[in-house]
Amino acid sequence: MRVSLFVTCIIDYLFPQVGVAVVKTLQKLGVEVVFPMEQTCCGQPAFNYGYRDEARRVARHCLKALEKSECVVCPSGSCTAMIRHHYSELFENEPEFQKKSQEIACRTFEFTEFLTRVMKTSFLREVTRTATEKKEKVCYHDSCHLSRELGIREEPRALLRHLPGIEVVEMEKADECCGFGGLFSAYLPEVAGAIADGKIDSILKCSASSVVACDMGCLMHLHGRIARRKLPIQCLHIAEVLTKWMGE
Amino acid sequence: MPIHFRNNSVRALSDEFLQSALRRTGTHFRQGRNRAVEATPDWEELRSRAHEIKKEVIHHLNFYLTQLIENVERKGGHVHQARTAEEACRVVEGIARSHRVQTIVKSKSMVSEEIELNAHLQKAGFYVVETDLGEFILQLAGEKPSHIIAPAVHKSREQVAMLFAQKLGLPEEMARETSIEALTEIARKYLRGKFLQAEVGVTGVNFAVAETGTLVIVENEGNARFTTTYPKVHIALMGIEKIIPRWEDLSIFLTLLPRSATGQMMTSYVSFLNGSRGEDEEDGPVELHLVLLDNGRSKMLKHPLLQQTLYCIRCGACLNFCPVYQTVGGHAYGGVYSGPIGAILTPQMQGFPHALPLPYASSLCSACADVCPVKIPIPQILLSLRYQSRKSDTLPFRSNFPLERLAFYSWSVLLSSPWLYRWIFPLLLRFSWLLSHPLFSRVAPAILSSYLKEHALPSLPSKSFYQRWKEYER
Repeated sequence: MRVSLFVTCIIDYLFPQVGVAVVKTLQKLGVEVVFPMEQTCCGQPAFNYGYRDEARRVARHCLKALEKSECVVCPSGSCTAMIRHHYSELFENEPEFQKKSQEIACRTFEFTEFLTRVMKTSFLREVTRTATEKKEKVCYHDSCHLSRELGIREEPRALLRHLPGIEVVEMEKADECCGFGGLFSAYLPEVAGAIADGKIDSILKCSASSVVACDMGCLMHLHGRIARRKLPIQCLHIAEVLTKWMGE
Repeated sequence: MPIHFRNNSVRALSDEFLQSALRRTGTHFRQGRNRAVEATPDWEELRSRAHEIKKEVIHHLNFYLTQLIENVERKGGHVHQARTAEEACRVVEGIARSHRVQTIVKSKSMVSEEIELNAHLQKAGFYVVETDLGEFILQLAGEKPSHIIAPAVHKSREQVAMLFAQKLGLPEEMARETSIEALTEIARKYLRGKFLQAEVGVTGVNFAVAETGTLVIVENEGNARFTTTYPKVHIALMGIEKIIPRWEDLSIFLTLLPRSATGQMMTSYVSFLNGSRGEDEEDGPVELHLVLLDNGRSKMLKHPLLQQTLYCIRCGACLNFCPVYQTVGGHAYGGVYSGPIGAILTPQMQGFPHALPLPYASSLCSACADVCPVKIPIPQILLSLRYQSRKSDTLPFRSNFPLERLAFYSWSVLLSSPWLYRWIFPLLLRFSWLLSHPLFSRVAPAILSSYLKEHALPSLPSKSFYQRWKEYER
């Protein structure tokens, strides 16, 4: 099976190691990964801020970059939701692009969605190495667009539970927003910080050493607060956890 | 004056009592609502039905309004239509004047807050008393509600005791009496006296059934029942969107409303009011007036997405589940309606630039849409309002955000040409160390430096994923 990786702008420039982990995980499962070199961003920041002309310009380019892909995998619930749900609205007056966006949306999957629904999780069992060290406690944060717009809640947890060295603990209010919201956190930094603090308090309460999520936006925001508060909590993208336990 | 959401929210964050009150009541309301929903197996089906019924009402609003008016009048009621807040206030004033009354009792009504009825009536020389406990407290304090169903949620028992002692002329030692029972008893005694003096009672309306002309009021304190039965004249105020077509539709809405609002299966009182007192009847008002308020609502009917704002049944569930509301409380929204529903309603009623910050006071997490009992697509409406506020052809905003527009324009040009993107982005990142330089905070825009105060930036990688992929391919 061959997939095109839509790595997202935030992973490309700020967290390339996550992109590498995504590629490694997919390759380990026997998936051939290609990287469409023309890709940039899905256009969500401008769309969410009300600048639809600007969002359309970027989205048109995104569609062109992904047009030849048979199947697109994207390690972000937010960007996947943008392509799947909001492109249609964005291109309501451009039928040609709207049609193209719907075609691409049909074959675009969020990373954990792809692993569990297209690949089936049972694959993982065969490729993970056995645990030798003490189990690591992690909790999972539901990013809003992944859980509410794509309906993916159980899948990432199921993947984590397959890993031998991981104990998944549930934090309170795991599905509550972390306060990131893209430019929201720059527009109302104090409020965004206070919301993140609430989230961090529930992570501390469940005594997990790491918080795992499927969106680098949330993780960057949480990490920014955790680092300011000098707390010993790691923020990890699920792909990083998966590769760690899949052996060489 | 535009609403200063950010300043208001910073103030709210440093108000320790408000923060603990929000945590306590938020948890209470959320747990109650979730428990009630779990105990209602056909919840999703009910939500969909309610959404469809509201859609039907809004699409045929004139038809159902006419039907409602006919049926209320047939049952002896008088109907008044008010286009603006001012008009509605004058209607109420006129009715009160024609009866030469002094004291008016009121039960809780968001519409009366919206049109600032109390201030109007007091200026006209009437003595108005709020009889809902929360609203009574706010009236004494001269404040606005901070929650749709728990208006005085931001006040502590101690503050209330002090307020009662000062404003009700009680002996000073009463200010130390802070048990809920004692405070309620004080209010109850005081209000009972006012009820007996009042000749006019003003209430809101939760639902108005078009086919029967029935006005339905949902409450827990019994004060609305008192307001509609004891005074000779009852004036009911409602927004034109509160109509329900048929009697049988009520069962759906009376299931959804209390469960979403307080987690109750049913409120302590549900009153079904059918016209004025008939000749063979012993109670009910001698005169019933229904004031139908537009105040910008019919303007919202034009847009197929935005009109769904009018589906709202004012349960307050979106406030209880909104991470932003739960962090800053209702007053930060600078109006009568707060939380997600306020963020979409106020801009449509009061327009931009006054309400400009409100659609942006959301992280677009969609928790509100998940719990809304009538399935209002609040996040989509927020996005649509943001778009309208930035669109240059409908509003003269082009000049208002020149830098912002330029930034988004350049960003979009950069990201739609891969060559520029791959050349300029790494260059920008190379200079990102400037952000953490002490000098930067002096020259940077205030918003950026306050973001950096709250959040550490991620450490930057030496190579982008693109570069690493290119190397890997080689």
